[in-house]
Amino acid sequence: MTRQLSRRRLLAWLGLAASVPVLSACDRLGRSSVFRSFLASGEWLSYRVHRLIGASAMATEYPESQLSPVFRTNGNTRPASREYLRHASEGFAGWRLAIDGLVDVPQSLSLAALRRMPSRTQITRHDCVEGWSAIGQWTGVPLGALLERAQLRPEARFIVFHCADDFGGTPYYESIDLVDAFHPQTILAYAMNGKDLPIGHGAPLRLRVERQLGYKHAKFVMRVEAVRSFAAIGRGRGGYWEDQGDYDWYAGI
Amino acid sequence: MEPVDRPICARGYSLPLALVLAGELSGRYHMHTSVDEAIVHRHRLSTRVWHWLNALILLVMLMSGLMILNAHPRLYWGEAGASRDPAWFEIGDEGVRGFLRIGDITIETTGFLGVWRDADGQTQWEAFPGWATIPSQYSLALSRRWHLTFAWLFAASTALFVAWSVVNGHLRRDLLPRAEELRGRHLWRDIKRHAKLDFPKGAAARSYNTLQKLSYVVVLLVLLPLMILTGMTMSPAIDASWGWLPELFGGRQSARSIHFIVAMALVIFVVVHLAMVTLSGPINEIRSMITGRYRLPGEKTR
Repeated sequence: MTRQLSRRRLLAWLGLAASVPVLSACDRLGRSSVFRSFLASGEWLSYRVHRLIGASAMATEYPESQLSPVFRTNGNTRPASREYLRHASEGFAGWRLAIDGLVDVPQSLSLAALRRMPSRTQITRHDCVEGWSAIGQWTGVPLGALLERAQLRPEARFIVFHCADDFGGTPYYESIDLVDAFHPQTILAYAMNGKDLPIGHGAPLRLRVERQLGYKHAKFVMRVEAVRSFAAIGRGRGGYWEDQGDYDWYAGI
Repeated sequence: MEPVDRPICARGYSLPLALVLAGELSGRYHMHTSVDEAIVHRHRLSTRVWHWLNALILLVMLMSGLMILNAHPRLYWGEAGASRDPAWFEIGDEGVRGFLRIGDITIETTGFLGVWRDADGQTQWEAFPGWATIPSQYSLALSRRWHLTFAWLFAASTALFVAWSVVNGHLRRDLLPRAEELRGRHLWRDIKRHAKLDFPKGAAARSYNTLQKLSYVVVLLVLLPLMILTGMTMSPAIDASWGWLPELFGGRQSARSIHFIVAMALVIFVVVHLAMVTLSGPINEIRSMITGRYRLPGEKTR
């Protein structure tokens, strides 16, 4: 989010007085470009304020007694790509996680290598944008440790997760800022509730970014890319749902 | 702009501004004013501006909130809850029949909730009908943008109005009931008067009656803050920073349930509020909330 963009959003806020909505015209208003940029300004404000009140705050972790009896799956539950299905049939033995982009030492890591790295286990609440919540236990490698290993370059500002699943041929992807990327609870999880991560929940590897909503938690992660800007990826809004459906890039609320 | 215009401009604005501020802070709008006249200054500028701004914001919050609930029209108690967990509240459909279930009680709501026809006559299976939501067609993403941006306006305007009401004495003088007003006999008399639609006349109409004070205080100091706090509790980032919030409400899903219950309480308040305005002289009441000037009922022949 550049300074220019935030100034435009500030102006849009000030412009509210001039665009008092007539409620029968709300749908039309929701399509006008000035009003749309006013509506999008809440995301920017929430993002800034949340970073201000607790950039390093830890999400609540729960005892095992609070695990949800059924943790429902959501989104894609089985990628259709031939490559992914071959990896799945081999138990992901030949699968590799790529870490590239703005890093000095690109990585290609097997699932076994990831499992040998220091891990973190956390029982956290998963909040879907639709409104429901479920509590699950996740074990994985802290993303920060992987990025240190790959030696992130100073110009990198976002971490992008490229996934094996797609919706009608459009691949799923997501992105987060470096505050979340280096947050201790941000992990690439290979286990859920003490077992191998099921395919429905994103095997072999899914992102857990505990202070944001479910659609940020990319499943079936194949490649982690460090970028300066995500403008050139997809439609440039930083994620599949952000591109397709006007969902906010910052999903901490 | 030529420099010579500036002093005139400044004077042109500062005089009315000074008058408004003086009126805000002095007892001009004080309802127990001793000026004996049929027309009184009933509502301060800050009350009037906030009233209409708040009415608009609450309507946007309600309608965009109902669209958000369309995405998962089930409510739970506790920290977590999803499709397979028991819900205390649910709106759904069984094919062509829509229903609302609260606990063990199920009511058929076909045509209104769960299953309804849109403006084009097409059957829709969303929980809330298009005329009640922003936007009118299903869009969780867009309704979230409306809701979460107006939420900032809502929180700011509510906080400013409460703070200003403390500073200018509105809260203490006009809204908080006095001790003798809260006695059982007085309250009972007020309830009986409301039931008979016997509204205060003359000097008694200068101030809010007790039930009116109580309902405004509950809305301003309880319900509106509850909406803001339970709303914030649904944010995973705020929960991480301020863990006392989900603890206060018994978990994120409890906060979501309370958010909806309080929203419905506010809807009931607005319905009763509008009924009272209509029954007690709508033109006089609405004028007083626009211009501030209120004609004391029963004294117009003087």
